[in-house]
Amino acid sequence: MTELIMHRLTGTLENLLGVAADFLPKVLAMLIVVALGWVIALAVKAALKRILTMLKFDAFSADSGVSQTLRKTGLPSPSELLARIAFWVIWVCFMVLGLGVLGIVEFQQEIASFFQFVPHIFIALLILFIGILAANFFSRAALLAAVNADLPTPRLLSGSVRLLILILTVTMALEQIGLARNTVLLAFSITFGAVMLGLAIAFGLGGQHAARRLLEKYTVEREREKEEDISPL
Amino acid sequence: MAGPNDNTITDESLFSDEFLRQLIAVGEVDLLVGIPSLNNANTIGHVVQAVHLGFAKYFPRDRTVLLNADGGSKDGTEEAVTSVSLGDPHRMLAPQLLRTMHRVTTRYRGAAGRGNALRTILAAAELLRAKACAIISPDLLSIRPEWIDNLLRPVYKEQYDLVTPLYRRQKFDGLLISNLVYPLMRAAYGLRVREPLAGDFAFSGKLASYLLERGISPEDASPYGVGIWVVTKAIRGGLRLGQSFLGPRIRASKDSTQDVVSMIRGVVGDLFRCLEAEESLWLDASGSQPVASFGFSYDVILEPVRVNRKRLIQMFRNGVTELQDILKTILGEETFGSVREMADPSRERLHFPDELWVKTVYDFASAFHRSVLNREHMMQALIPIFRGRVASFTLERHSADDNELEAAIEDLCLAYERLKPYWIERWNLSR
Repeated sequence: MTELIMHRLTGTLENLLGVAADFLPKVLAMLIVVALGWVIALAVKAALKRILTMLKFDAFSADSGVSQTLRKTGLPSPSELLARIAFWVIWVCFMVLGLGVLGIVEFQQEIASFFQFVPHIFIALLILFIGILAANFFSRAALLAAVNADLPTPRLLSGSVRLLILILTVTMALEQIGLARNTVLLAFSITFGAVMLGLAIAFGLGGQHAARRLLEKYTVEREREKEEDISPL
Repeated sequence: MAGPNDNTITDESLFSDEFLRQLIAVGEVDLLVGIPSLNNANTIGHVVQAVHLGFAKYFPRDRTVLLNADGGSKDGTEEAVTSVSLGDPHRMLAPQLLRTMHRVTTRYRGAAGRGNALRTILAAAELLRAKACAIISPDLLSIRPEWIDNLLRPVYKEQYDLVTPLYRRQKFDGLLISNLVYPLMRAAYGLRVREPLAGDFAFSGKLASYLLERGISPEDASPYGVGIWVVTKAIRGGLRLGQSFLGPRIRASKDSTQDVVSMIRGVVGDLFRCLEAEESLWLDASGSQPVASFGFSYDVILEPVRVNRKRLIQMFRNGVTELQDILKTILGEETFGSVREMADPSRERLHFPDELWVKTVYDFASAFHRSVLNREHMMQALIPIFRGRVASFTLERHSADDNELEAAIEDLCLAYERLKPYWIERWNLSR
C-alpha cells in the first residue's frame, strides 16, 4: 500500500518536474521577448521623438491648436504623446507575442485576433488625431470670422463647428475599430438629425422675430454702417 | 555670375509675339509709364490723357511710351486706352510735340494681379532700356499731368532709383498706413518712406533690372505686397530712395480697399513676410533717416473720413473678450493684460496708448515670425485690436488739424523706434 502511494507520488512529482522543465524555458523565452520588446519600444520612442522634433511637429501642432488642447488637459507635447503611444503599442505587441511563446492553445486564437486588430487601432488613432487637428483649426477659423463679421454668439458658432467635427471623427474612429458599427452610425444620425431639427424649429418658430431682426441687422443696417467704416489705406 | 541684363531673354517669354512686335517698333525710350488695369474702362482714359499731357508738357524732347498691362478686362479697357484722343495740345497748354508719343497695350500672361502686371512692365522697361519708369493706378480721378513730372524727374534727372508718392490725404484716411505700415517699416529699415505701399511710384532702369533679377514670388504678387516688396528690395539693394508730393489721391473704385478685414490680412501679412525674409537687413538697425522729398506741398481742404467710433469700440471689446485664448498665445503677458483691461466694458473711455499699440504690433510681428499659431488666424486676431486703436486715435484727435495729426504720427513713429529692442527680444524668442 505504502509502496503504491510512494509510486503514485513519485510519478506525480516526475510529471510535475517534466511539465516544469518543459514550461520554464517558455517562461524564460517570454521574459526575454518582453524585455527585448521593452528595449525596442524604448529605442523606437527615442527615434520617433527625434524625428518629430526634426520635422518641427510640435510647431505644426501648435499652429493648428492641438498643443494648446493637450496642455489644457494635462497631456504632454504632441511629439512626446505620439512617442509614448508608439512605445506602449510596440511593447504591448511584444507582451502578446511573449504570451504566444508559452504555447497555451487558448491564447493562440486571441493573439491572432489581436494582431489583426492592431492596424485598425492605429488608423483609428490617426483619424482621431487628424480630427482633433481639423476641429481646432476650423473652430478657431469660425470664431475669428464670426468676431470680425460682428456676428452674435461667435463662441456658440465656433463650439458647434468643433462639436460636429469631433462627433464625425469619433464616429469614424469607432467604425474603424468595428465597435458597435450600426449603433454608432445610428446614434450619429439621430444626434445630427436632432440637432438640425432642433435648430430649425428653434430658429423658424421660436425665434422668427429674432431671425427677422438679425437678418434686418445684417442687410439694411450693415449697408448703412459700411459707409461709415474706416478707410485703412 | 548673372548680370542684370541676363534676364532679358527669359523675360521676353512674358511677351506675346504681337506685344514684342509693338515694343520693337517703339525702340529704345527714355521714359516709360506703365498702367496696370483690370476692368477700368470708365477711368483709364482720363489717366492716359494725363500721362500723355505730362509727357508733352514736361518731357517734349524725350522718347516716351505709355504701356497698359491689362489683366483680361471684359469692359473694353484696352479699347478705351487705344481710343483716347489728346485733342489740341495748344488748348491743353502743352507745347507742340517734337517726338511721337507711343502707346502700347497688352494682356499680360498669368493670373490677373499687380504682381504679374508689374513683372510685364519691368521686363518691357528693361527691353526698351528706359531710363526712368513710373507705375500709375488706372482709376485715379485726381491725377494731373504734373504727377508725371513729379514722379519721373527725380529718377530721370537726379539719379534716384525709387520715388514713392506723398499724398495729401483726407483726415483719418489711411490709418493702417499711418499707425502700422509706415512706422513699422521706418523702425525696421531706418528710412522714413511715408507711403510704403506705393500705389503710384517711379523707378530707374537699374531698379527694374534689380527687381527682375530677384524675381517676384506669388506672395510678392499679392495685390498689397507689391509696393512693400519694391520698397524693401530697393532698400536691400542700397539704392537711392526719394519721395515726391503729388497732392490728393482720389480713386474711382471702392473695391476691396473698403474691406478692412481683407485689407489687414493682405497688407500686414505681406509686410510681416517681407520683414521675415529681410531680417538680416534690419535686426541691427536703429533710429531713422529722412528720405529726400520733391515737389511743392500744398494744402487741400478735404472732407474727413467718417468713422463710426461707437461701433468700432463695441467690436474691439467684443473681439478681445471672445479671442482671449488666441490673443494670450500671441501677445506678451503684460501687453495682453493691458489690452484686456482696456477692453473692459465697464471702462467709460477708451484710451489706447501709443506704447501699448507699438508693443502689440511688435508682439504680432514676432508671433508671426515664430508661427505660434496659423499665420492667417493671427492676422485676423489683429483686426479687433486695430479697430480699438483706430477708435482711440480718432477720438483723441477729433479736432486736430493736419499738423497736429502729423505730429501725433511722428510721436508714434518715435515710440516704434524707441521700443525696437523689445521687438528684437520678442523676435528672437525660441519657438
